[in-house]
Amino acid sequence: MSPDRPPTVPDAPVSEQKPRTADRVARLSHARDYSPGFFVKLALVALVDALGVYVVMVAWAQGSSAVAWIMVALLVLTNVVYFSKRALPMKYLLPGLAFLLIYQVFSVGYTGYIAFTNYGDGHNSTKEQAIEALLIQNEKRVEDSEAYPLAVVESDGTLGLAIIDDGEVLVGTEDTPLEVADDAVVTAGRITSIPGYDVLGINDVVNRQSAVAALRVAVSKDAGSGSIRTQDASSGYVYSSVLVYDEDLDQMTSTVTGTVYTPNDQGEFESSSGETLNVGWRVLVGFDNFRTAFGDSRYSEPFFKVLVWTFVFSIVSVVSTFFVGLFFAVALNDERLRGRRTMRALLILPYAFPAFMSFLLWKGMLNTNYGFINTVLLGGADINWLGDPWLAKLAVLGVQLWVGFPYMFLICTGALQSIPGDVVEAAKIDGAGALRIWRSMTMPLLLIAVAPLLISSFAFNFNNFNIIEMLTSGGPRFGDASVPVGHTDILITMVYAISGLDGGAAKNYGLASALSIVIFLIVATVSVISFRRTRSLEEIN
Amino acid sequence: MRRSIPVAAVLGLALALTSCSSDTDASSDDTAAGGGTLTIWVDETRAAPVEAAAAQYEEATGNTVKLVQKNYDDIRPDFLAQVPTGEGPDITVGAHDWLGELTTNGVVAPIELGDAAAGFEPVAVDAFTFDGSVYALPYAIENIAIIRNTALADSTPATFDEMIAMGRAAGTQYPFLAQVGETGDGYTLYPFQTSFGAPVFAQNDDGSYTSELALGGDAGNDFAQWLADQGAAKVLDVSMTYDIAVQAFADGQSPYILGGPWMLDSFQDLDLAIDPIPSAGGEPAQPFTGVAGFYVSAQSKNQLLAADFLTNYMATKEAQVALYEAGDRTPALSAAADEVSSDPIAAGFRAASADAVPMPSIPEMGSVWSFWGVTEAGIISGATEPVAGWEKMSTDIQGAIDAS
Repeated sequence: MSPDRPPTVPDAPVSEQKPRTADRVARLSHARDYSPGFFVKLALVALVDALGVYVVMVAWAQGSSAVAWIMVALLVLTNVVYFSKRALPMKYLLPGLAFLLIYQVFSVGYTGYIAFTNYGDGHNSTKEQAIEALLIQNEKRVEDSEAYPLAVVESDGTLGLAIIDDGEVLVGTEDTPLEVADDAVVTAGRITSIPGYDVLGINDVVNRQSAVAALRVAVSKDAGSGSIRTQDASSGYVYSSVLVYDEDLDQMTSTVTGTVYTPNDQGEFESSSGETLNVGWRVLVGFDNFRTAFGDSRYSEPFFKVLVWTFVFSIVSVVSTFFVGLFFAVALNDERLRGRRTMRALLILPYAFPAFMSFLLWKGMLNTNYGFINTVLLGGADINWLGDPWLAKLAVLGVQLWVGFPYMFLICTGALQSIPGDVVEAAKIDGAGALRIWRSMTMPLLLIAVAPLLISSFAFNFNNFNIIEMLTSGGPRFGDASVPVGHTDILITMVYAISGLDGGAAKNYGLASALSIVIFLIVATVSVISFRRTRSLEEIN
Repeated sequence: MRRSIPVAAVLGLALALTSCSSDTDASSDDTAAGGGTLTIWVDETRAAPVEAAAAQYEEATGNTVKLVQKNYDDIRPDFLAQVPTGEGPDITVGAHDWLGELTTNGVVAPIELGDAAAGFEPVAVDAFTFDGSVYALPYAIENIAIIRNTALADSTPATFDEMIAMGRAAGTQYPFLAQVGETGDGYTLYPFQTSFGAPVFAQNDDGSYTSELALGGDAGNDFAQWLADQGAAKVLDVSMTYDIAVQAFADGQSPYILGGPWMLDSFQDLDLAIDPIPSAGGEPAQPFTGVAGFYVSAQSKNQLLAADFLTNYMATKEAQVALYEAGDRTPALSAAADEVSSDPIAAGFRAASADAVPMPSIPEMGSVWSFWGVTEAGIISGATEPVAGWEKMSTDIQGAIDAS
């Protein structure tokens, strides 16, 4: 805006052209008025509706009826709010509330739900799928059974299989066992016709492949002799089931040993002697995961050590980066300094470089025998930076300082420049010294601006997964712990390791979620308390 | 009244669209008359050869193959997460040591290789066998071996000490290179461990693994002591990471490096020979064999097509040779392996695999890795007392197995 113009926008072009109608339009609700604005709104809401309906459809198709209904409710709410004239505040709040629901409430709620289940390796899915998988896995090809040339046939809409055994054609369906088919025609080793049956072509087989794959034709009336099935519609083998599922009794029976397996409350089939089948399903297990996290000494002992280090790491990270950043900000804020711009640009560099890469680079530089730090800077010293518990902690804090101080430098520079010069001037006139001005004026005013950022920085560092995983992977390991946890592990990397997400152990999403909830509670508590206390700072203003 | 119109319209629209969508679902089965669609997950190296086989298959059958290229590291978690929701592929490429996890979670279906099984290297089929059923079509075998720089050494002796002596005689900076790293590397050091007679798990007579840990005891303690000695002599070094080792070898700083075919790209300027791994403890040094293959999803609606494609198009010599050329790993099909063995590098890796054992794919193996490497690294760096450290590791692994 050019300075010779008055600060308010003069005549808006619309009111210039049609002053009277424009006044009336402004007072009308968009719901009743079909102005261009209404159509823009209509288009936007239609877009939202279209996306929402798509989500509903997908959710419904996936069988997630809860998600579908929540989405329907949200859509109805959206349309009511934006087409009603009475819900004005909601028009502004709704997008925020919707995102809060989707991104915060849902994810926390879902994590909470998983924390009470045994979701993990061996309990990956539903009971139906576990039963299906067990039956698939325990249907074995009868040892040394031949590969029979096979054709898929159909009779009165019922699928059947025909095989060639010793030059004879045998045919049967799901209900009738194999029997010799007279007058069947075999050309070049393929069955081409059987009286009373249609031999299906490859396209028909492809169309009904689920049914064909599920088809079992008994070899004889004796159920124990197994059944023919096919995996490629051209050759068949004799299979027999090792496990049989009885739907009414809800139990698995082994045809080999006769053992009966019934579902237990851990989501597995268990025999009376306590033997379990290898595929289980997801069930609610109550507070088991929390009990494991705190009651099992394998986890609880390292947990408290890790908790302490997590606090030390996040507090020291914030404090050290803040003071280094502040120091440079104050120094470079002095107008007597030459080349301030260049120096500021240089200081931002570590921030501009991806943190991810910085960590890997530092890991290489800290290598004991080949790293830049030891070989060049320290003249070939043999310092085991990442292998010694204390040095590794120091290294983590040092690298975090390098990566983190430019951010603090930026926000402190901004905050310092926003402190009004006349206030400081007034203090000088009143006879305050530099130290006094700093302590009573600059610092409190600065803190009002940056305190919330320090708290969020604390929360970020509390879960600063990248630096630990990239730099030390939590190592060196605790000498006395029996789980893969180390001296530089913070809570989030410990969760990652002991829940098997890093591939080092069997996966246990339930335990991981339970620990995540604990971390969430800690961070939330600390943040709430800190934000309360920053309010007292604001009273200074 | 005015307000209810848009609401009703939206609901009506939603219902109409939902019914449409269920119609299209139903009709997609009908439209398969022209051919079904197979979805296959592959990684970058495997994409081209699988695509070639898929093209042949499409031409011969009229079915469509949809290749989804994924980052190899993402395949296992995505497969585990998506198959139960019905979203996953029909076929995915994968390693044999995933088998325990995939079967425990019930996401793979056995495939019947039938008579074709005899055409594969026995170790490849064994690796994919769990409880008597085969779960994937194997296509490649990989194992580590001694990669030798022929300009610096003319042979690899049969024992570790002799090899180190020859390495020192070569006058290079390192007598021998093996990656260790701060978190250790149980996989790379495994041949030396087996040469002391301390395999991870005991094996049944038929070669399958039991869940009984066998890495402890006197044999294990001897190996731990050996690790400590090599660490003290600086032959093994925890600061020797993969990158540093490969770079040092490429720069001609050592005649020997212990590694696999994945390193070869970095050594294109060198004249190489591949030799079996020398024994450190007296018994044969047995590296792990990794077998790669194609798994079929337990929830696949295209079981027949998948089995047909794998057994009739991916199990051919051409397809397996093409996969070899893309990834340098020895083909799992014997005929294809014979063909590529005219290349001395491929023949060398194959010869080195004579003593190899399949990497355990039983679920218990998952509890081993994170204790194993770190303990080795601790012993090599001198931070951990060898025998006590090794015994504690066995106890911890047993504890983790019992707890899971």
